[in-house]
Formats: sequence, C-alpha cells, structure tokens
Amino acid sequence: MVNSLQRKAFTRKDAVWLVFLAILALLPLLPVVTANSFRMHVMILILLFASMAQAWNIIGGYCGQVSFGHSVFFGIGAYGAGMAVVTYGGLPWPGILIGMIVAAIVAVIISYPCFKLSGHYFAIATFAIVEIFNRAFLVWDWIGGALGLDYPLADEGLKNLMWHNSKVGYYYCALVIFVLIFGIVRWLESNRFGYYMRAVREGQETAESLGVNSTAVKLTAMALSAAMAAICGAFFVQYNLRVDPPMVMSLDMSMKFVLVTILGGSGTLVGPLLGAAVLIPMQEYTRALWGGLGGGVDLIVFGLLIILMVIKQPAGMIGIVRDVRSWFFKKRDAAKGDVPYDTP
Amino acid sequence: METFIQVLIDGMLSGMVYALVAAGLCLIWGVMDVINFAHGEYLMVAMYVSYWLGFLANVDPLMSTVAAGAFVFVLGVLTYKLIIRFTIGKPGLVALLATFGLAMFLKNVCMNLFSPNFRILSGTFLSDKTFHLGGLIFPVPQLTAAIMAVIVVGLVYALVSGTRFGWAVQATAMDRDAAELMGINTERIYVLVFGIGGACVGIAGGIMPSYLAVHPEVGSMFGLIAFICVAMGGFGSIPGAFLAGILVGVVESLAGFYIAPVFKYIAVFGLYLAVVFLRPKGILGW
Repeated sequence: MVNSLQRKAFTRKDAVWLVFLAILALLPLLPVVTANSFRMHVMILILLFASMAQAWNIIGGYCGQVSFGHSVFFGIGAYGAGMAVVTYGGLPWPGILIGMIVAAIVAVIISYPCFKLSGHYFAIATFAIVEIFNRAFLVWDWIGGALGLDYPLADEGLKNLMWHNSKVGYYYCALVIFVLIFGIVRWLESNRFGYYMRAVREGQETAESLGVNSTAVKLTAMALSAAMAAICGAFFVQYNLRVDPPMVMSLDMSMKFVLVTILGGSGTLVGPLLGAAVLIPMQEYTRALWGGLGGGVDLIVFGLLIILMVIKQPAGMIGIVRDVRSWFFKKRDAAKGDVPYDTP
Repeated sequence: METFIQVLIDGMLSGMVYALVAAGLCLIWGVMDVINFAHGEYLMVAMYVSYWLGFLANVDPLMSTVAAGAFVFVLGVLTYKLIIRFTIGKPGLVALLATFGLAMFLKNVCMNLFSPNFRILSGTFLSDKTFHLGGLIFPVPQLTAAIMAVIVVGLVYALVSGTRFGWAVQATAMDRDAAELMGINTERIYVLVFGIGGACVGIAGGIMPSYLAVHPEVGSMFGLIAFICVAMGGFGSIPGAFLAGILVGVVESLAGFYIAPVFKYIAVFGLYLAVVFLRPKGILGW
C-alpha cells in the first residue's frame, strides 16, 4: 500500500534528476565529439573544481562550517602523490592513499580546537592555518622546500597516471573523481549522517538537545571533506606534473573552494557543478582572451564578475535556476490548481 | 640585552602601524559585521597615491598621507555605495566574497597601470634618518609612522566613544532597527564608518612609501595581519585591536630575529591560534 502511494506521479524532482543523469551519461562521450586540447583542458578543470567544491560542500554547505583551510588538505594530497613519484620514484597510487589518510588526520587535529570558535573567529583561524602550513612547507627540505617537486618523465597511462599526447586520459580520470565524490555526497544527503549534518548547521544547540553529537558529526564531515580534497589535490599535481607550496597551499586556492560552491549554491548537490561550469570557463576564457595583454586584464574582469554575481544572486546559480523553475511552474500550477511550488 | 630591546622596539613600531590598519577594519567589522577583504588593497592604493604624489609632484609622504587618507575615504564610500550596500542583511560570506572580488580587481588594476615593479621613494624628508637614544636606534620614518598611528587610533577611539556621532555609531552597531527608530540615519552612519575605516588605512599607507617598497601585492599580508589583529583583540573593540597590533608586531620581530625570518608569520598566526583557543572571543572581547 505504502509503496503504491509513494510511487505516485512523475514529480518535478525526478525530472531534474533525469536531466542531471542525462548530462552525466553524455559526459563520457565528449572526447569523441571534440578532442580540442583547450576545450578538454576547460572541461577537466570544470570537473576538478566541481569535485573540489563538492568536497568543501560537505563541511561548508551541509554542515555549515565555513572553512578557508581546504587548500591545506588539497596541498597534502598533492604532496602525497608528488612525493611518491618524485622523492621515492614509485607510482602515485600509494601516495594518493597516504595523502588522503594524512589529510583526514590533519583535518581532525586542527579542526578539533577550531570548532570551539564561532563565526568569523573560526574563518580567520582557518586562514591562519593555511598561512602556517604554507610557510612551513616552504622551509621543509624533506618535501622539496620552496623549489617544489618536478615530475620526471614516465610512460603514459593509467599506471603512472600521466598522459602526454592528449588530455583525454586526464578527462576520464577527472570524470571518475567527479562521479565518485558526487556519488558519495548524494549518498550522504539521504543518509542519517546527512540529516545530522544539516541539523548541526541549522542549530547546533537544538541538534545536541536531540541527542546529536555535534562535535563528532563536524569532525567526521571535516575528515571526509579533507580526504576528498586530497584526492583532487593528487589529481591536480598529476595534471600539472609539478607542485610547490604557493601553487597548492595558498589563500587563493582556498578561496576557490569557497567561491565555486557559493556561486553555484552551497548545501545543494548540483550547486558545485553549476558554480564550476560558470566560473571556470569564465576564468579560462578571460585568460585566453586577455591574459596575453599583460597586466592582469583577465583578473580585473574576473574580479568584477565575481562582485556582480555575488551581489546579484547571493544564493548562487541554484537561486537563478529556482527562480526560473518556480516562475515556469507557478504559471502551470495556477492553471492546474496544483499546490504551489515549495522552495527547499 | 640591548639587542633584545632594540628588536622589541622595532616590533612595537611596526606593531603600531598594524594597529592603525586594524583599527579601520575593526570599525567596519564591529559596526556592520562585514569582513572587508579588500582592506589590504586599500593600503596598497594609499601607498600608490602617496608614491605618485611624491614622485611626480615632489610632495613629501608626510603631506600626501592626508591626500591618501582622503582618497581611500572616497574609495571606502564608493565601495559601500556600489557593493556593500547590497550585501547588508545577507549571509556574512556574501560581503566577504564580494570584497574578495574587489581586492582582486584593485590589485590587478594597479598591476596593469603601474607594473609589478617594486617602487620606493628616496630622498624624502624622513628617509634614512635615524634617532639615537642611549645605545638604541630609532629609524625616524618608522617612528613617525608609529606616532601618527597612535594619534589617529586615539582620535578614532575618541570619536566613537565620546561624541554624539560616535554614540550613533555604537547604537547602530548594537541594533540597526532600534537605532533607526531613534531617528538615526543608519545608512549615513554606514557610509561614514566605511569611509573612516578606509581613511585609517589610507593614512597608514600614505606614510609608508618613505620606508617600504610599493608593489601590487604589498597589501595582502597587511590585510591578513589586520584580520588577525581584529579577531585577536576581540570583535569590534578598538583598544583590543590596538593591543593585538602591538603584540603581533613584537612577536613578528622577535621570531624573525631569534628564530628565522621565514618563521615570523608562523609565529604571528600561531599566536592568533593560541590566543583564540584560550579566549575564544579575543583578548578584550566578551
């Protein structure tokens, strides 16, 4: 009985999901259509930044703890892969795994005291942590110091996780990471833990009064988010074949995690993808168009666009999508006499 | 021992300038709960104003600091009118990201116009002068900057705590709607507070080119240190920011001298973490 009630009509939510899944199904076919190296590069970055933003979204969006420290975890992941290949001359795979574990452990260690801080104090503490890690990595000789790590040439292929002739291999690799992280977050969303996270975001005291161990929830979310950021970092270093501290562990990198998510719509599953799909082409095409003029014209335009987008639609791209959707469906609903569209 | 005192004095001198930069940020933050991420870039703009006045018109930084203060006052008012106004009442992150975009914009405009070269004013009235007291050396440009910083912070504090305008500011900070009901034009307060916050950092930046090189990235570190000072001092407390600024300057110079120059920022940011872990609302916060 319950089953037949639940399996009622084809709802709008299902429609949105179908579109999302259709896009996801079409993505692997993209290299067949175009193998243009610049377009591939833009697509890879979109997928990478969407994954990074989704990793941040776990702690920042669903759990409500705005961390500016994610470039630390990203950097640890990058150095994990980089050290495995450059310093120890091995394959990147064990390095990626170690990087994830170390990132999760570091995340728990630094977050535990930081979670006692509230609001701006927490945000600035995470800034401070990025700066500390950045400086410490610059002078730490074991990991290559300020010179960074340069990859040696190796055979291309999945084994070494590097490709030289085309970017298609990287593209599929990024797609796998993207699907993995989005899948995990999708699973979390409907899971008991996902509800715990949202409860902590909406009101920590209330959640605690109902028996949610908020510290454990926040720490777990942070560790999960850090491990995923580390995977993205490892991919980033495999893609660039070089790593140094300012490249991965900087405030600018941390801001990208936050910007992409917020511009897309934090606390939603598709938000990070929307944010990356808008922000990254904007960044790459302004660079391609005006970067050659010298003197940061591309970044001037980019800065203005960020201001405009943030002011005009603080809820992010998802807000625009919702506006359009509710405008569209409101008309239809009025005609049908249906219940009004409820915005989550 | 003498070296130690000398290092301490150097730290205090730079700390007072940090305090002035932080006081501007503190005012904005305390009144409208906005993190102005472009604060360091305001400093950089002020330094360029002062540098170009000195380079082209031969105005001494001592004079052009007033012009730089006025320039950044206008910049602050414009920032409020064009950007911040739309972010009031929205989540705190919105203003932060919008001002991050502004910081990116300002930094790259200066990069585009003036190239990334380091520029320093030489042959100004203050430059290269030193003042000896016992065995201690006081570099005159830094000393002047520090004295001016103390005076300006004092004036701003007096303005906020002792005048009718200041009471209006405090009332607005506590409860905007209630202040509005009492007949305070809160929009005007916001504009002026943003302008005054900008003017503070403008004055600090105006005097700096006589001892510090100007380049488009110079503001970033000052901006970060100002965040640290404000949060360490306690949310919206100007005396707290002042105290924290001096503490940061002293720790920075002690760590730079006794450990290694690279460690000075590690020490500063570590100090911030240590302070907020012990007192989660800052030194003078409540």
